Amino acid sequence: MSLGYIIRRILGAIPLLLGISVILFAIIHFAPGGPLDVYADNPSVSQEALQQIKEAYGLDKPVPVQYAMWLKAMVAGNWGYSIRTGRPVLQMILERIGPTLELGGLALGLSLLVAIPLGIVSASRRGSRLDEGLTLASFTGISTPVFWLALLLQLLFSVELGWLPSAGYQSIGGGGFTDRLSHIVMPAAVLSLATIASWSRFIRSGMIDVLNQDYIRTAYAKGRSEWAVVFYHALRNAMIPAVTVIAVDFATVISGAVITETVFAWPGIGRLFMESMNGRDYPMLMGLMMMGSVGIILANIIADIAYAALDPRIRYG
Amino acid sequence: MVEIATAGAPVADAPQSYGRRVVRRFLKHRLAVVGLGFLVVLALIVVFAPFVLPYEFDQQDFNLIGEPGPMTLQHWLGTDELGRDNLTRLIYGGRVSLAVGLAGAVVSTLVGTVIGSFSGFYRGWMDVVLMRFTDIMLSIPTLPLVLLLSSLFRPSPPLLVAIVGTLIWMGTARLVRSQFLALREREFVEAARALGAGGARLMFRHILPNAVGPITVAATLAVGMAIMLESALSFLGFGIQPPVPTWGNLLNAASPWLSQAPWMAIPPGLCILCTVLSVNFLGDGLRDAMEPKE
Repeated sequence: MSLGYIIRRILGAIPLLLGISVILFAIIHFAPGGPLDVYADNPSVSQEALQQIKEAYGLDKPVPVQYAMWLKAMVAGNWGYSIRTGRPVLQMILERIGPTLELGGLALGLSLLVAIPLGIVSASRRGSRLDEGLTLASFTGISTPVFWLALLLQLLFSVELGWLPSAGYQSIGGGGFTDRLSHIVMPAAVLSLATIASWSRFIRSGMIDVLNQDYIRTAYAKGRSEWAVVFYHALRNAMIPAVTVIAVDFATVISGAVITETVFAWPGIGRLFMESMNGRDYPMLMGLMMMGSVGIILANIIADIAYAALDPRIRYG
Repeated sequence: MVEIATAGAPVADAPQSYGRRVVRRFLKHRLAVVGLGFLVVLALIVVFAPFVLPYEFDQQDFNLIGEPGPMTLQHWLGTDELGRDNLTRLIYGGRVSLAVGLAGAVVSTLVGTVIGSFSGFYRGWMDVVLMRFTDIMLSIPTLPLVLLLSSLFRPSPPLLVAIVGTLIWMGTARLVRSQFLALREREFVEAARALGAGGARLMFRHILPNAVGPITVAATLAVGMAIMLESALSFLGFGIQPPVPTWGNLLNAASPWLSQAPWMAIPPGLCILCTVLSVNFLGDGLRDAMEPKE
């Protein structure tokens, strides 16, 4: 693993991001309607004013010119201005990203904490009732619609039992640790269900492959306990295939976050996306989509690096 | 010794066609058989039940308007706030959701197969361009993109199917490409080429039939993905619009009444869960049956 490899991977992401931005820009600008549709029907907005807005946002220029302008500004850190609020897109995103990182981080931690033991137990008791039950459970987890699970949890824990608040980031005037914890529990559980289900499967199959290898038998033969074999010898190699899956699942997590934040009124960028959808706020939507794509690409790069770090046999040239 | 062996040989040891072996292995996968059974029953219900049901999906009982009605003998799953029968809407919703799932999977499989075939068969710049495009599509978050597209284009159901299908083909394309890369080097392809078969004939007549197993599995799983994507979209209010019911928009309609009428929110989600679960079991069974790891 060299620094050169990491730099090359990051440079390699640039054409990918350019391609993504061209596609997104084209979709938004060739769609019927367009960002000023809202004003066009408004009698209090005159034709002259509309023209002025168009010029202010550069909407009177040909689309390729607009794209070039947008790209230049984007690279310089100016992501345009929200049509809904008139404030800078990047600033608004940064204001809202905290809760999303909190929720996503907790869900990620929860997923690893639950999925790894489940995968290990399943693999070492392969073919047992327990393994079959966990397989069935993981299929069910992958097949459960996120938004329905969210509604069910709200129904059970907020409506019926009254244990947890049904939505929001914290109570009005509240904000203590336990208050915020009680708000984040359900969204984090919902967001991590699908990843727990899929990761535990991949850790299981990685574990089964590794446990059949000669060096594991050697480890047992020299008298190491099952715990030591599993955690010290096997787990690291079993994680290698799972790392790739974790990166690929990052795209699913983003989709899940949009739904989860909407259902639980969680004030992160997923909900900002839905608010911007309802307001047809194209600069904001464009900024958020780019942000999501950058996240997915970064997750893939990190996965490749982790892959090489876990497996010294892999050397990227 | 020889006589004993032939006399006692079980039928399974006799040479069997590929198709029969696939069926035999599939039937051993109990969950896949259960999944297939569920899907067949569900398909029969959504196709034929509307002829039997006493209500139309948009028929209102004006005496029950205002808030969701309870479960009664007339309305097994109650009524919604507009006085419409929930069971009827659930079954019609199943029609729409299943149709979108199947059609979306067809679109996705077609696109994925064509892109993967060309990429793997011609290699070179064609492969580079098509695979970079696949990478780009994989790097854009799917649900936000489909939300954006459906808010911009306000799609009719057929267009929505096309949108859903064109956002989930990437896995299929990568799979078909890898199949083509391996198969194009085999002797039977070389033989066909020596006999004068051209590009299209080689691709679709000689190579593609050999990749049918993995493609079938991918297509099956795509049904589940399409149903999930459409219901998420409709749940968020950007998919198929009421009064036409889908399982997703039924859940959307039920969510404001969650505390008063939980019986509205449970059935549609349960239908999505059972359907997608059955599809995933079916895909798993087909994979075991068609691509044995022997």
